[in-house]
Amino acid sequence: METKLLTEHYGKDEYIKIDGYKKHGGYAVLAKALKMDPKAIIEEVKASGLRGRGGAGFPTGMKWSFLPANGEPRYLLCNADEGEPGTFKDRLMMERAPHQLIEGMIISAFAIGSKKSYIYIRGEYDHPIRVVREAIAEAYKAGMLGKNILGSGFDHDMDVYAGAGAYICGEETGMISSIEGLKGQPKLKPPFPAVQGYLRKPTIVNNVETLAAVKYIIRDGAAAYRKYGTEKSPGTKLFSVSGNVLKPGNYEIPLGTPLKDVIFNLCGGLKPGRKLKAVIPGGSSAPVLTADEAMKVTMDYEALAQMGSMLGSGAVIVMDDSNDMVDMLDVIMHFYHHESCGQCTPCREGTGWLSKIVHRIRHGEGTVNDINLVKTVSERMMGKTICALSDAAAMPAISFVTKFRGEFEDYVKKGNQVGGALHA
Amino acid sequence: MFSLSPEGVEFVKKECSRYETKHSAIIPSLYRVQKEKGWVPPEAVPYLSELTGLPESHINEVLSFYTMFNKKPVGKLHVQVCANISCAMNGGRELAEHLCKHFGVKDGEISKDGKITVSKVECLGSCGTAPMMQVNDQFIENLTPELALRKLKEMGV
Ligand SMILES: Cc1cc2nc3c(=O)[nH]c(=O)nc-3n(C[C@H](O)[C@H](O)[C@H](O)COP(=O)(O)O)c2cc1C
Ligand code: SF4
Ligand code: FES
Repeated sequence: METKLLTEHYGKDEYIKIDGYKKHGGYAVLAKALKMDPKAIIEEVKASGLRGRGGAGFPTGMKWSFLPANGEPRYLLCNADEGEPGTFKDRLMMERAPHQLIEGMIISAFAIGSKKSYIYIRGEYDHPIRVVREAIAEAYKAGMLGKNILGSGFDHDMDVYAGAGAYICGEETGMISSIEGLKGQPKLKPPFPAVQGYLRKPTIVNNVETLAAVKYIIRDGAAAYRKYGTEKSPGTKLFSVSGNVLKPGNYEIPLGTPLKDVIFNLCGGLKPGRKLKAVIPGGSSAPVLTADEAMKVTMDYEALAQMGSMLGSGAVIVMDDSNDMVDMLDVIMHFYHHESCGQCTPCREGTGWLSKIVHRIRHGEGTVNDINLVKTVSERMMGKTICALSDAAAMPAISFVTKFRGEFEDYVKKGNQVGGALHA
Repeated sequence: MFSLSPEGVEFVKKECSRYETKHSAIIPSLYRVQKEKGWVPPEAVPYLSELTGLPESHINEVLSFYTMFNKKPVGKLHVQVCANISCAMNGGRELAEHLCKHFGVKDGEISKDGKITVSKVECLGSCGTAPMMQVNDQFIENLTPELALRKLKEMGV
């Protein structure tokens, strides 16, 4: 079930440094790519069906082909902000295989004709920042970056930009604002970054895992990549599994793997005597699944969408029957309220309301009307704002109060007498 | 009078020409201030404005937007305990409260001796090794209250 395509060499310390990386085929794919027609690389990525691994799952090759076909300078930005609660895969990728990311990025930059790229890493990731900076320096020294890379005539410069603590900078236009030296506030789309992004120039933003996967698509070809996964969700994906499993961690598996196998085989299942209660399958923005739904679903974009949730960043948060769902929603809503950048009224006010109402219910001061209010407020927050954070707060809120309504009602009925967590 | 070390000044000047626009130097420069002073005092803003030629209002905007810049002094050890979902499920909030009680500080407050600040923070990307804390730049994972206290003791409090 575990399929180590990207993560094959992650266990080896030597893979972190350029010499060890080269020993395992490192930078050979770059040499191959530089001899290809850039258009053919984009076609190969399109044919692979690769979809963005950062959250939205947008087809990568299609995104690249939105770039205007002129000689205007263009930028490649790697999104390593990794702020979606539950997600810790990009950190692993940068710590264990910085050159894999760099190689994938140079290949991608060559394909789209970009001479400059940035890796935007969240500021808290001090160690990954150091590792990636060192790897970039090594790559320059080895002639993989800079002028006339491997004698191809292609020039490319790469740098790291460290964020400073703001979830919203993971949103692609927020990230662009941040690198531009502004508050990390998202910008209205359209224009999309591919047309007008960093410094109003055409810009491609891709997640760490997406860019690393490009290397394998070019190495093996789209058809070979498609052998993994399903027809509509090809390839492998890293899932960050956390919560109440015995063996939490990052696991690379083919898309389409049953979630039940991930939890009960790969991750060793739950603590003895515990029962599965719920699973958040794609980071805290993804609607929660009940145990029944979780036992049925497969981990691919379509199956999760059909279940009314999403694959998101691939953060699987497993909850056993020791969890109090009202308490959990309280934690989640606090986060979105804290992270809303405040530009849009429905988001700023809505996340504030949701956090306040759920908190009130959690502390035994809510009414039945409050439970309904969570839903009404959430519905009014959706599809009305500059970025998707507002929806990302509303969707889990609706799913919790709908699927676990009984627990919310218990709080309303008995909460003020008990004055503490009811279901823990 | 506020000032950076000569190396700090050099750093800021270099950052001003490192990116496509000078504005991009603000975040790295504020980091530099924090590295040297432990926090970003208000006087740093006119100082950086002078040094970079960027308007104070703009530097202030950036400073106030990003949570990693300490707008007030923090302890020698800045302990940030994740209280987000996967950590909360594994005792992260209790860990934060335990540390606050042990050091006699409130959430986000600096201890009287200036040695420690304990804050609850959002997800730090370490959810598979919950609960965890970040002490200055370092992640310390798979914690229990006892283990956390032992680590902090080793680090000097
Ligand atoms: C509030 C919010 C936060 C986001 N955070 C991240 C993030 O931390 N990392 C990431 O890669 N994408 C994040 N995204 C998605 C990005 O906007 C963008 O879709 C993605 O980086 C594109 O890369 P991909 O196509 O390779 O996935 C976020 C989106 C939103 C709305
Ligand atoms: S939806 Fe929320 S986070 Fe996104 S731009 Fe609007 S206020 Fe900011
Ligand atoms: S939830 Fe604590 S590190 Fe992610």
